[in-house]
Amino acid sequence: MSRRSHVLPGFKLTLGYTLIYLSLIVLIPLSAVVVRSAELSPAEFWQVVTAPRVLASYRVSFGLSLAAAAINTVFGLMLAWSLVRYSFPGKKLVDALVDLPFALPTAVAGISLTALYAKNGWIGQWLEGELGIKVAFGPLGILVALTFIGLPFVVRTVQPILEDIETELEEAAASLGAQRWQTVWHVVLPILLPAVLTGFALAFARAVGEYGSVIFIAGNIPMVSEITPLMIITKLEQYEYPAATAIALTMLAASFVLLLAINGLQAWTERVTGRDR
Amino acid sequence: MAALTRFEARAATREPTWFKWTLIGVSLTFFAVFLLLPLITVFHEALKKGVDTYLAALVEPDAVAAIRLTLTAAAIALPLNLVFGVAAAWAIAKFDFRGKHVLITLIDLPFSVSPVVAGLIYVLVFGAQGWFGPWLMDHDVKVIFAVPGIVLATTFVTFPFIARELIPLMQAQGREEEEAAVVLGARGWQTFWFVTLPNIKWGLLYGVILCNARAMGEFGAVSVVSGHIRGETNTMPLHVEILYNEYQSAAAFAVASLLALLALVTLVIKTWIEHRSAADNAPPQESAPQGPAS
Repeated sequence: MSRRSHVLPGFKLTLGYTLIYLSLIVLIPLSAVVVRSAELSPAEFWQVVTAPRVLASYRVSFGLSLAAAAINTVFGLMLAWSLVRYSFPGKKLVDALVDLPFALPTAVAGISLTALYAKNGWIGQWLEGELGIKVAFGPLGILVALTFIGLPFVVRTVQPILEDIETELEEAAASLGAQRWQTVWHVVLPILLPAVLTGFALAFARAVGEYGSVIFIAGNIPMVSEITPLMIITKLEQYEYPAATAIALTMLAASFVLLLAINGLQAWTERVTGRDR
Repeated sequence: MAALTRFEARAATREPTWFKWTLIGVSLTFFAVFLLLPLITVFHEALKKGVDTYLAALVEPDAVAAIRLTLTAAAIALPLNLVFGVAAAWAIAKFDFRGKHVLITLIDLPFSVSPVVAGLIYVLVFGAQGWFGPWLMDHDVKVIFAVPGIVLATTFVTFPFIARELIPLMQAQGREEEEAAVVLGARGWQTFWFVTLPNIKWGLLYGVILCNARAMGEFGAVSVVSGHIRGETNTMPLHVEILYNEYQSAAAFAVASLLALLALVTLVIKTWIEHRSAADNAPPQESAPQGPAS
């Protein structure tokens, strides 16, 4: 393989350009977070990243991101199943619109969800007026925003896998006497599991770092509905650069762990389904 | 009524009708509440105070400046990431070298970084207290709280889009066609232009429109480096925020509706590309879900 590929030109040029551009735009600026954090002593660093208000923001960010990813896993699986396995009117439109959260700017999503769930909004007047459930300007609002932006992930990871499953597999199970629910539970779901988990992890990772759609609807009440990215902004606005950097480093560490987990899950998906990426 | 899917056509892969419609009902309700309603709300709120107010909000000088800046930032970030994407995909797909997987992971990195952190890193490098801050100040160059910072932040958050679309596509297509062209005497750029490009055109376009949508819609990263100077460093999403915080809801939603239209156009083109590339019998790289912080 490697000897044959020497026929093609441009290896040094393209790889060199790739590495330089990657370093200039991504690696060197990112390294600034690590280097500048070192301006704090370990004790100061610890004090910043474990201050009560920051700790509360981790609980809000990670807790609600987990909840939103879980909601999207359940409904995303149902939506993917409906889109692949059933025919219904308007299916193509639904399929195309699933990607809306990828394409819609987060600030637009943020103000729209706020208008929708505020006390006088279409959903808010009913939830808050009739049922007394306050969504906008509180933690539940954050949950709604994070659910919106994470919606496509599980659908889009599960959909291609579900499409590729051979019907013979399920027919074999049925002919061996399995009930339909047994076939789905013991045959189909195990094949989908890695993809479902990958979608869950992607939605979770996206939600943890999300800023634009959340700040409008969150109400941003200290200790109650402040997300971690907002804490970075707050420190920046007070010109506390080292503190902002320290919190950013904690977030980077978390996203790095998530990235590794996602890579592992994707490798597992490929093994289970025999698909190439 | 649409035709039955291949799963519905067989008894063994079919669920009871009541189950089917319950599942469709529940998932469509979820879809409507979390996706459709927010989308409709944007246009409803934008037109609430009438068409005149709507149009006035769009031609107002600060809005026009914001639109212009958004287009500028996208017009710079997009070609940069396009050239990078093609170069990276060529190196990774057409050659074998050590550390390839690490390189692919590093290219994906901006997707898993929070947009706020993406903005912060450029403040740390180019800001007044940053690495190059004093030097830039001496030479009277403004990066942070100015247009260059906005372009940089936009470039960072859209960095992987085109590369990650092209890498798997070009890997799947192999090297034989290009090798044949070179053996037959084609120059490097001729090989790329006449052999590779026709093969990757749909994937390339796909990456470009997604990259563009994100570039024009980015909020968090740009918000950190912008400084929010009206008429100067406000992009469309930032302009939406300012109007909204000033309780000019109709105007905010008017500008937001332009961005929502952009999103809809993006989805239409995306669907069209998927159709075309399926028709070309080269299966599209099925919307590999974008990584985390997109």
